[in-house]
Amino acid sequence: MSGAGLDPRTAPKFQVAARVLVGDSQMRKNVRHATKVIQTKRAKVVAEMPDWQKLREAGQAIRQHTLRHLDFYLEQFERNCTAAGGVVHWARNAEEARQIVIGLVKSSGAMGESPTEVIKIKSMTTEEIQLNKALEEAGVHAYETDLAELIIQLGHDQPSHIVVPALHKNRAQIREIFMREMNLPDLGGTPQDLADAARRFLREKFLRVKTAVSGANFLVAETGGVCIVESEGNGRMCLTLPETLISVAGIDKVVPRYQDLEVLLQLLPRSATGERMNPYNSLWTGVDPTQKGGDGPRTFHVVLMDNARSEILADKEARQTLQCIRCGACQNACPVYQQTGGHAYGSVYAGPIGAILTPQLMQMHHAQSLPYASSLCGACYEVCPVKINIPEVLIHLRNKVVKQQSSGFHILANPEVMALKAVAQVFRSDKVFRVSQKLGRLAELPLSHKDGQGVGWIDWLPGMLGGWTQVRDLRVMPKQTFREWFEEREKNKQGANNGR
Amino acid sequence: MDVELIAVGAREDVLRRIRTSIGTPAANAPAIEAEWNTLPREYNRVGSLDREAVLEMLDERLRDYDASVIRIQSGAVAETIAKQLTERGKHRLVIPKGLAEALGEALPAGFEFVVDEGLSTTELDSFEGVVTASTVAIAETGTIVLQNVAGEGRRAPTLVPDYHLCIVRAGDVVENVPEAMTRLAATASLATTFVSGPSATADIEMTRIKGVHGPRFLDVILVT
Ligand code: SF4
Repeated sequence: MSGAGLDPRTAPKFQVAARVLVGDSQMRKNVRHATKVIQTKRAKVVAEMPDWQKLREAGQAIRQHTLRHLDFYLEQFERNCTAAGGVVHWARNAEEARQIVIGLVKSSGAMGESPTEVIKIKSMTTEEIQLNKALEEAGVHAYETDLAELIIQLGHDQPSHIVVPALHKNRAQIREIFMREMNLPDLGGTPQDLADAARRFLREKFLRVKTAVSGANFLVAETGGVCIVESEGNGRMCLTLPETLISVAGIDKVVPRYQDLEVLLQLLPRSATGERMNPYNSLWTGVDPTQKGGDGPRTFHVVLMDNARSEILADKEARQTLQCIRCGACQNACPVYQQTGGHAYGSVYAGPIGAILTPQLMQMHHAQSLPYASSLCGACYEVCPVKINIPEVLIHLRNKVVKQQSSGFHILANPEVMALKAVAQVFRSDKVFRVSQKLGRLAELPLSHKDGQGVGWIDWLPGMLGGWTQVRDLRVMPKQTFREWFEEREKNKQGANNGR
Repeated sequence: MDVELIAVGAREDVLRRIRTSIGTPAANAPAIEAEWNTLPREYNRVGSLDREAVLEMLDERLRDYDASVIRIQSGAVAETIAKQLTERGKHRLVIPKGLAEALGEALPAGFEFVVDEGLSTTELDSFEGVVTASTVAIAETGTIVLQNVAGEGRRAPTLVPDYHLCIVRAGDVVENVPEAMTRLAATASLATTFVSGPSATADIEMTRIKGVHGPRFLDVILVT
């Protein structure tokens, strides 16, 4: 990938990009390794929680409730944040958000000086709007301070995962980037050596640069507070040491009350990095009014950005996309993502969440191939901490794409439309969430054929997943998944149902 | 550049679009509050372990994330601080206002303790470590919660120096996250930091490495 941002408007179709990327065996190895490690860690810490399913239900309910009253909670957040000394800005779209941030950075200097540098905390929202490029063009260099983002920035690369953006690089590749870009004639090759190099490289910037830009994990309407979770302490540096802090947040990031964090702060770390709690969570409200030697920045801005989110809200079936807390668990669990890595998705949001979020952020004008970048196996739904039914949304979006393109070359889309209709029926009738797997079997019916042994194979997925199926034929989903088989057996055995 | 002029009318536009999209007539505050009160919360809101098991769990989980833990009886705080600092070879430390009062004991002699009265970042960088009390600790997650109150102070002093010695009183230890949030609710708007082990990263091949930008060493004295 080049240094140009991942832009769904210009990115090649998933099928094309995937075809190229699955040929990169080093990348595939790195991605497989990383996703496997995180999945194992996640499974372990989730298993520690007997009330995990209850937490998921609460998380889902909190997010749904927030979306139903989004205007109310945003206004409440604005009121409380303002009362605490913060300044709230609103942006209809990416361009407005970029201009607001640039304007704020330029006016943040002491005595009329215009800063030429900012320090930054990893934020997918600022990646979404390609803020760094815009800042650079305005004469402001943004130093990424998260280790993974630093690797990406110095390597002129692009993020491939929402939580661990550089998981497609291994230590040898990172060492090479650091030696070249930090001008280090010598550098050890252990992860510790590499992290130490990053510490030395960034320390001076933390102590010197007076303006910081961040995203936000949660905005608390009740208090006007903001919460950021992180691991390395780079976040705390950016949130605490500068004079000015500018946080860019999608309007979907608000939560009603402080108490709601007791749910989300349990769901997020366990799902994202497989930790019981990530090393640091920061919560702050506005600014400390103490004149000299106060706690944290003296000026604090929040930019509330819509950028198509209000349109997603209008689509009743797809609205749940906005429940997302960006944990990345669906990416790690996705068999397609594990093969292609994140770049094939042509968007900073890769994997299952990217497949549903990106086309919608593009108002279905671009990235129409992404809803097909899935085998509908349902693994994403199963791990999602806020119970977003990703397969359901994928099907819904495929339907939209098919409708949109119902003239022209899409003769082959017709059987899929039929399958989609059948699927819609299933969804309405079956209350078990694992229906998504049954659904996958239905949706693929018109596309599979039987081989000599009577085993079903799919060798051509509707246009889009072609990049993947050209490398490997995809076995059709078994009539019964292992779990379904197992549960049926258990049910027969003891008449009990252990469904979640 | 006047930032006010960049997105004139955006606020009204965004709110209007949201209202149109939601599709139902706007609910009033009491109705929304009533709805919030009915949200399902069947997860564990209170713990089930006895006191000793909770303290044991905190001890184990802090260690699991690379912090070291020293358990002592009250009255031995000052001498334990002295012992721990000597062992670590730390002599010049920054402390928040009101630390001795928060600990209920005078600080040990033989060290240079400098009270943070708004020290600059560069000044903070010259200390070997920081000593603080804490507001709450969460056993299940191995977390210590710091707030901007007497004995804990501003956020920067617990961030810039490379070593953090933190004193936790057994009475402030809760079993799970909901219990902690309940305790913190009254002071929700204070600057708050949850610390779970020393700074770490897993960004390189998912290997957890201790110590990136925050303090690389965290010692906890747990006082019963
Ligand atoms: S969709 Fe669910 S699993 Fe995927 S990133 Fe969002 S919250 Fe996590």
